[in-house]
Parts: sequence; structure tokens; C-alpha cells
Amino acid sequence: MLDDMNGDRRGFLKCMAWAGTGALFAFDGGIGSSVGLDAALASPVVRSAAPFTFAQISDSHIGFNKPPNADARATFREAIAKVKALPQRPDFVIHTGDVSQLSRDEEFDDADQMLKELGLPVFFIPGEHDMLDPDGGKAFLKRFGKGSRGAGWYSFDHRGVHFVALVNVADLKPGGMGNLGAEQLAWLKADLSGRPSSQPIVVFAHIPLWTVYADWGWGTDDSAEALKLLARFGSVTVLNGHIHQITQKVEGRIAFHTARSTAFPQPAPGTAPSPGPLKVPPEQLHDMLGITDAVFVRGHDRIALIDSTLTA
Amino acid sequence: MTRLFKMLTFQAATLATAGLMLSTAAAMTRAAPMPAAASVQIANFTFKAQVVTVKPGTTVTWTNADDIPHTVTSNNGLFKSKVLDSGDKFSFTFAKPGQFGYFCSLHPHMTGTIVVKA
Repeated sequence: MLDDMNGDRRGFLKCMAWAGTGALFAFDGGIGSSVGLDAALASPVVRSAAPFTFAQISDSHIGFNKPPNADARATFREAIAKVKALPQRPDFVIHTGDVSQLSRDEEFDDADQMLKELGLPVFFIPGEHDMLDPDGGKAFLKRFGKGSRGAGWYSFDHRGVHFVALVNVADLKPGGMGNLGAEQLAWLKADLSGRPSSQPIVVFAHIPLWTVYADWGWGTDDSAEALKLLARFGSVTVLNGHIHQITQKVEGRIAFHTARSTAFPQPAPGTAPSPGPLKVPPEQLHDMLGITDAVFVRGHDRIALIDSTLTA
Repeated sequence: MTRLFKMLTFQAATLATAGLMLSTAAAMTRAAPMPAAASVQIANFTFKAQVVTVKPGTTVTWTNADDIPHTVTSNNGLFKSKVLDSGDKFSFTFAKPGQFGYFCSLHPHMTGTIVVKA
């Protein structure tokens, strides 16, 4: 199996170039392929065994009401409708943080109520906006973090795939970026030990687990420790949010991907004086918000991530 | 007569001096309750100015001018604002000399320092 992994990753990176309303990228042991979303929908990936899908929603910022989006609740509702309309009903949904704008009860309530309309299990991890109650994240954990440890981390298995939810927005250090901390890293080590390297792993966390742009704090200070623990696995997919735009990269056998927000876009790294909301005109907003649909094809260790906007 | 005049003149001068002293004292009394103040703007995910030097007893007020919430959090736990949404303010009075580093606990790459010296 390991031999199969030594494919041409440059080829993979090259074919990740994409444009338009969405893209599909798939990988099989490092050898990837990519087609436009329209083509992917017209001719779905060949599935050799019962596949399953899950959807990723991120950065809903319920309560945000400034330019370019006067109503983040409305766009969240549209994103949920988008998940409902997926050609294959996902087994579950992950929310990669910043559920709320200010950790207010009514913001968490509204997000919760809207997500319940899906009738699907939803797995959450907090973003820094979900840590703003006086108790530093307890309000979020009480509602969305049942059964989790520490600041809200946990893992679970689904149809042979191991999912790990990490928290990198707690106890942040002056001058630093995201932070996992020693306690969580020790837990991760124990969680992964004894698992066969052939088991596909999906890791999700709010802030990217690689450095997208240090000047804006878009990275995680101690992510290298976590990635070291993940390096022996044949298929690792890391799903993040926080930066409100799609970025992706492959390093070794680890594929990284960030999702769009359902609330507002942020500028590409270094293209604006600050990472504050990108104030796009109303007619462009829906092109810059969206969801991610992840498709597993079993027996191929293959995951396809399909990003679609609220317009598409 | 001359002597009396001199005494009167002396008394008048004393009164005038006393009066001047009183009015000076009054001015001082008015000035005393106005404490030294300094302000820091939070804009474009930075603290402006990043380093602010003040005298002991100065109250520093931070104002969030961004569209995104921030906090003002002391590195050593001396002070911590609640979350500051757009337009919200937070004040802290620095009584003692020293260097006080702080950051935004949401966006920790945002840092600043208040230098307090007499």
C-alpha cells in the first residue's frame, strides 16, 4: 500500500488549479485528479463500494450584520438548504467553528434550530468567536460539546474512517497563532496509537493546521506536532475554516483544505490592510459563500471534496 | 500718618497675595479631578499606537473601530476586557510604573504595550 502512495504529487498539485463556482478534487494515495464541478455532477465518480458523504459548513457567524452581509442568519439558512439539496444525502454534517459572532445564547440557539431542520447529526468544534462568553467557551461546550474533552476535542469512527475534531482557539498566546496545547496533543497521540496506518483519517479544526499567512495569524503554532503523529497514515484529510475562502495544499500524504464561510468572505492573504470582512457588492456575495461536500469511495482511500457556492 | 499708610498698604498687599493664593488653590482643586488620559484605537487588526507611554495614574481607553470583535487582554492577567464589538470601549488605569504588554485574545498576533513611567 505504501508503494502506491509514492505517486506524482506534483501532478496532483498541478491539477488542483481550478476556477469558477466549484471544483472537485480527489486523491488516491497521492495521485489526484480534478474536474470542474459541472462535469463532476454530470458524471459522478465511479464508486466501487458503498460510498458515503458528509458535508462541511463553516464560519456561520450568526449575529453578524455588517457589510457585506446584513443578515448572516439568512445566508446560513441558504447554506442549509444547499446541504439538503445535495444529490446524495450526507451521513452527517461538520461545522468547523465560528458558529456565532459573539457567543450569545440567542446566536447559538438560532444556529442550533436551523441546523435541526437538516435532521442529520452535526459535529461541532469552536472557533474563536464561540469562546467569548464570560467563562471562555463554556456556553458553546454546554450546547455543542457534549462528550468532548478539554476545550472541546473528540474523535469518532464512521464506516471505517476515523474522524478527529481538534480545538486550536483556546488559551491563545500573545503574539501567537492558533494553539493546540500539550494536553490535547497527548490525547491525540493516545487516540491515534494502535490504529492501522491504512485507516483513512479526517481531522477537522477551526484555524488552518498549516501556516497560510503568519502576518494575519492564519496558522497553528504547534500544528507540526499533530502532523507528525498523522504522518504514518496513508490517507489524511485536514478540513479547516477561519479564513473564509478556499485554500488547499498537499504535504506528504496529508491533504489540507479550508472551506468558505456562510456569512462573509475575507481577503486573500496580504491583499488588504487587514483580514477584516471583504466588502463585496451584494450581487457578488453569494458567489463567495458556500459549503463543502466530502465523498468517500471505500476501497480506494479516496475522498473527493466538492465546494459549491450559495449561487451555484 | 505715613506709618499708618504703610501698614494699610502692607495689609492690602497681604490680602491681595492671599486672594491670589486662594484663586490658585481653587484652580488646582478644579484641575485635580481631571485624570491623565490616553487612547488607543483598534483598527485593521492592530493597536494604534502599538506602544503608548503614559504617567502613573493615567487611564487608557481602547476603542474598537473594526467590523470584527476584539479584546484587550493583559499578558500577565492584570486586565482583560470583555469582548469589544464595533465601537465598544474599554478603560484601565495604570497606577504603577512598568511595561504592560497586552494582546487580543481572539487574534493573538495583535499585540501592544503600555509603558508607564513618572
